[in-house]
Amino acid sequence: MEILMSILAGILFATGVYLLLQRQLLKIIFGTALLSHGAHLFILTMGKLNRGAPPILVEGIEDYVDPLPQALILTSIVISFGVTSFLLVLAYRAYKTNQTDNMEHLRGNDHE
Amino acid sequence: MSNLVILPILIPLLAGAILVFWRKKLMVVRVGAQLVTIINLIVSSYMAYVILQDGPLILETGGWMAPYGIILVGDGLSIVLVVTTNIIAVASAFYAPNSLDKGREEHYFYTFFLMLIAGVSGAFLTGDIFNLFVFFEVLLMASYGMIVLGGTKEQLRESIKYVLLNLFSSILFVTTVSFLYSVTGTINMAQLSERVGQVNQDGILTTIAILFFVVFATKGALFPLYFWMPHSYTKPPAVISALFGALLTKVGIYSILRVFTLIFIGNIDYTHTFFIFLAGFTLLFGVAGALSTNNIKLIIAYNIIPAIGFMVMGIGIFTDLSVAGAVYYLIHDMIIKAALFFLVGAIAIAAGTSDLRKISGLIKHYPLLGWLFFIACITLAGIPPFSGFIGKLLLLKSAFANENFIVAGIGLLASLLILISVIRIFVQGFWGESMSLPTEKRSIKPLYFPISFLLFFSILLGVGAEWFLPHIQQIGVDLMNPSGYVDAVLKE
Repeated sequence: MEILMSILAGILFATGVYLLLQRQLLKIIFGTALLSHGAHLFILTMGKLNRGAPPILVEGIEDYVDPLPQALILTSIVISFGVTSFLLVLAYRAYKTNQTDNMEHLRGNDHE
Repeated sequence: MSNLVILPILIPLLAGAILVFWRKKLMVVRVGAQLVTIINLIVSSYMAYVILQDGPLILETGGWMAPYGIILVGDGLSIVLVVTTNIIAVASAFYAPNSLDKGREEHYFYTFFLMLIAGVSGAFLTGDIFNLFVFFEVLLMASYGMIVLGGTKEQLRESIKYVLLNLFSSILFVTTVSFLYSVTGTINMAQLSERVGQVNQDGILTTIAILFFVVFATKGALFPLYFWMPHSYTKPPAVISALFGALLTKVGIYSILRVFTLIFIGNIDYTHTFFIFLAGFTLLFGVAGALSTNNIKLIIAYNIIPAIGFMVMGIGIFTDLSVAGAVYYLIHDMIIKAALFFLVGAIAIAAGTSDLRKISGLIKHYPLLGWLFFIACITLAGIPPFSGFIGKLLLLKSAFANENFIVAGIGLLASLLILISVIRIFVQGFWGESMSLPTEKRSIKPLYFPISFLLFFSILLGVGAEWFLPHIQQIGVDLMNPSGYVDAVLKE
C-alpha cells in the first residue's frame, strides 16, 4: 500500500512540475496545487499506513495509529489553501494590470 | 519552562491583529506600531540578558513534554538574532511613516510588518523542524502581503515569481520534513540531533540534509538559487526592501546554521566541503551582479548575495572560530543591509530617481546624508574599526587556519569589489556637478533618525567588539557542541 501511495504521490509531483513549466499562469497555479497534494499524500505515506486504535490510552489496546502525520497534513493543507487562494487573486490582478497571463511576457527588462 | 520565550512572537502578532481596526486613523497605527516595536525590543533585550547569564530558556507549549509537543528554545544564537530583528523593526517603524505613501500605509502595511516580525522571531525561536516550516509560512505570507502592496505593474510582475518560487520551496520543505520523519520518527530538533548522531549519517540522511540545504539556500539566495532575489526585493518601497533584505534571506541562513550544526553533522567531509565551494561562487556572482547595474537599489540588493557567501563559508569551514565569525557577520549584515536600503531610499527621494547615471553632486545639498552613506559603505566593506571588519577577520582567520586559501582569497577579492560597488554610488552620486533637484518631494529629515539609529548599533558592534565578542565566541562554541542544546531541551 505504501508503494502504491508513493507512486501516486510521484505522479502528482511529476504532473505538478510539468504544469509549473507552462507559460500560462493558471496552469502554473494548478501545478502548485497538484504539487502540494502530492506533498500531503507523501506525509501520510511516510507516517506508515497501518490500521489501529485512536492514539488515546485505553487498557487492553496496544495498536495505536501515529497521530503526528495527520497533524502535520492538517497544518500544511491550511497553509497551501491560503497561499493558493492568494495566488489566484494575485494572478487575476497581475493579468488585469499587465494585460497578459503569459509568463514569457512577464519577464520585464526594467527601465534601464 | 518560561513563558518569556513566547513574548517576542506574541506581542507583534497580537498588536498586528489589533491595529487592523484603525487602518484609517494613521496616527494611531503609526504610534501603535512604534510603541509595540520598542516594547518588543526591551522585552527581547531583557530575555537576552537572562539567557546570556543563565543559559537557554525553554517553553514547552501546552505543557507537552519536550520530544512530544512543540517547544520554543531561546538559546544564545536565537536571542541575539531576535534582538537584532527588533532593532531593525524599531528603525523601520520610524522610517515607514516618513517614506511610504498614504495608500500603502492605510492598506495594512503596519499589520503585515508586525506579522513579519512575529514570523521571523518565531523562526529563530522554535525548536521543532515542522514548526520552523510554519513560521516560514507566517513570515512569507506577511511578505507576500508587503510585496504586492501598492499594486504597481512591476511589483505585480515580480511578486508572481517571488510567490511561486517560495511556494515551490515550501512544498519541498514539507516533503523533506516528512522524509526525515519517516527515517527518524521525530521532528523535534534536539531529538533529531540525538537520533541522527546514533545511526551515523548514511546515504539517505545525507540526501535529506542536502534537500534541506536546497530549501534554505533558495530562501537565503545562495548560488545558484539567487536569481529571483534582486529584482523582486527592489520593486517595493525602500522600507519593505530593507525588511526583506535584512530579515528574510537571513532566516534561511539561520536555518542552515542551525540544522547543519545541530542535526546533520555526521558527514561533514561531504556536506560542509560542498558549502565552501558554493560560498566561493556565491561571493563572486553576487559581487559581479552588484557591479553590473546602475540602479542604486539593485546594487544594494545584489550586495546581499556576497554577504550570504561569507556566512556560508563560515558554516562550511566548521570550527568554533568560523561559526562564531558567521554569527557575528550575520548580525552585522542584518543591521547594515537595513541601513543601506534606508539610505538608498532616502537618496532616491532626495534625487527623485534611483538611476545612478542621473544623480550627481548631492553632497552640496545633503552633506549629512552623504557622510552617513560613506560610513555605511566602509562598514559594509569591513574597514576597521567598524563591525564588518570583526566578522570578516574571524572568518578569514579560520579559513587560513584550515588551509582554505582559495575561498579566503575569493573572500578578500569580493570585499574589495563590494567596496567598489557601493563607493561608486558615493563617488558618482555625491560628488561632481550639482544636479537639479526635483522641486516637489518629501523632506528626508525625519529619515535621518532611523538611519543613524541603525548605524549607531553597527558602529557599536565594531568599536565595542570587546563586549560582544566573548558572547559571540561562546555562541560559536555552543553551536559546535550540540549536546548542550540537546541536554537543555530534553533535560537528561
